[in-house]
Amino acid sequence: MINQAIPLFVAIPLGAAFLIPVLARRWKWIPDAVGNATMALLMAMAAATVGRSALYHVGGWGTDMGIDLRLDGLTALMLLAINVIGLSATLFSVSYMERYTAKARYYALFLFMVGGMNGVVITGDLFNLFVFMEIAAIASYALVAFGCEHEELEASFKYAVLGGVASALILIGIALVYGMTGNLNMERVAELLKLGDGKTVVFAMALFICGFGLKAALVPFHAWLPDAHPSAPAPVSAMLSGVVIKALGIYVLCRLIFNVFGASPQVLLVLRILGCVSMVAGVMLAIGQWDMKRLFAYHSISQIGYVALGLGLGTPLGIAGGLFHMVNHSMFKSLLFLNAGAVEYATETRDLKRLGGLNEAMPVTANTSLVASMSIAGIPPFNGFWSKLIIVMACVEARQHWMALAAVLVSLLTLASFLKVQRYAFFESAKSAMGNIQEVPVLMRTAMILLAALCIVTALAVVGGWGKPFVIEPAVQALMKGVFRG
Amino acid sequence: MIYALCFVLIMIGLYGVVVKKNVVKIVVSLAVMEYGINLLLVLIGYRAPKGGDMALAPILEEGVKASEFAAQAVDPLPQAMVLTSIVISLGVLALMVAICIRLYERYGTFDITEMRKLKG
Repeated sequence: MINQAIPLFVAIPLGAAFLIPVLARRWKWIPDAVGNATMALLMAMAAATVGRSALYHVGGWGTDMGIDLRLDGLTALMLLAINVIGLSATLFSVSYMERYTAKARYYALFLFMVGGMNGVVITGDLFNLFVFMEIAAIASYALVAFGCEHEELEASFKYAVLGGVASALILIGIALVYGMTGNLNMERVAELLKLGDGKTVVFAMALFICGFGLKAALVPFHAWLPDAHPSAPAPVSAMLSGVVIKALGIYVLCRLIFNVFGASPQVLLVLRILGCVSMVAGVMLAIGQWDMKRLFAYHSISQIGYVALGLGLGTPLGIAGGLFHMVNHSMFKSLLFLNAGAVEYATETRDLKRLGGLNEAMPVTANTSLVASMSIAGIPPFNGFWSKLIIVMACVEARQHWMALAAVLVSLLTLASFLKVQRYAFFESAKSAMGNIQEVPVLMRTAMILLAALCIVTALAVVGGWGKPFVIEPAVQALMKGVFRG
Repeated sequence: MIYALCFVLIMIGLYGVVVKKNVVKIVVSLAVMEYGINLLLVLIGYRAPKGGDMALAPILEEGVKASEFAAQAVDPLPQAMVLTSIVISLGVLALMVAICIRLYERYGTFDITEMRKLKG
């Protein structure tokens, strides 16, 4: 039963993406209703996959000839993250996207992106992964350009060019892997690579690290992110920062490193260094920003650095910390971008110098953003604190003391920059220009409260000790299965 | 040797993406890069049969034995992959050209050094 349901994670969003523009010509309410219903359904399905495993042969062909779709602990974790964030983003879009025209096209592109990402995480075939990745990437280029103003177009062009280069590198890597093994199935490739010699593998791995590093915006490859993420409409920024960089970047990278190529010490070292550099550089660049969304975007780079650092340690504790931080980051960063969207919706600006005193005018936005800020800054007992703590502990355990120190210092700088956001946007007394501000509509509030509640529930789950066995542990096992293969 | 030429083509594309200032030329360079990769994929699927004959196209005709055919034909899977990747790059290309047109409408130029609204 569950085996047959796996392809629906791709089929449902793609089908809905097709139906929405067709039906929207006749009924105005279709885009909102169908978009949200689809995401709600997908979220329910994703919740049902937790703790299960499955294998589906596309078209009935066996593993040697056809494409496999597979579900394991890591896939279930990613599906849950993608679809929960997706639902809150569509809830937010109902009111927020009124200011843009062409809502039907927006939902269609959004669902293409979700379908592509679901495909990336469930596929067990390298070339199929490339195809799904491109579906998600093309939809996200178009969504970044959705406003069609100067900044949006410029950011989208930059994103599309760098994304195109990344895809090209990845495709060369896939071609090399196929040339070496004559197979594209991840499991078979892993078995065959163990037999072969190392040099071409190293080249292919380097191409994959560059390609997926570009998609994940790790630091030498990050230039597109601070332009692309703030320029998109707020729910799309929430998706881009919350899940796209993880599903297309980090997820694939760790899947390839741990389950296909085998985690050699050199690759893990590269991942750790990339993580550390992103962590430090991201936060340094973030702290001086005055545009709220741009500041958050730089923090995405920094937090992705934490994830890469945790995964790069290669120990069970490090991987658990990395994956946990990835999930936490998708919750609080999406929430922050939705907050920024709400602020922009209410005040028409997101310049911190011009904002102020929103605490009284917009209580829901202010309080949810406080939850998110404390989570990302690592204030106990919020969820960000626990995942950072696990990563720091794992660093110490693996005798990487400098990296542990860097992680702690970056956390302090993160706290500083979020204090800045809270002070200038919410706490400081109102500026004269900020008259007559109202709280945002109810659906936008619902989306923000949903994510804030998730942050708190995750934190409680850690304190209570009942969250980890269900979600994180199977994901870690899925990766650890192949760690010492290389 | 011929693999090296593929990589030269890819590198020419990459060079164009990095160095050119005209947005349309960047898009064209990206396309050149994609072509290099497609060529590489097709080459990886090429298998010269023994005895110096030309390899067959991977289409099984009537009256040809399957074992004989398998020994002489090239690998069809990379060709299928190339077809897919051409379609994908067409999609990216169409989107990027559309963005270029809109950029020209907004900025009145194709020069990327004059599009500097985003900084920091």
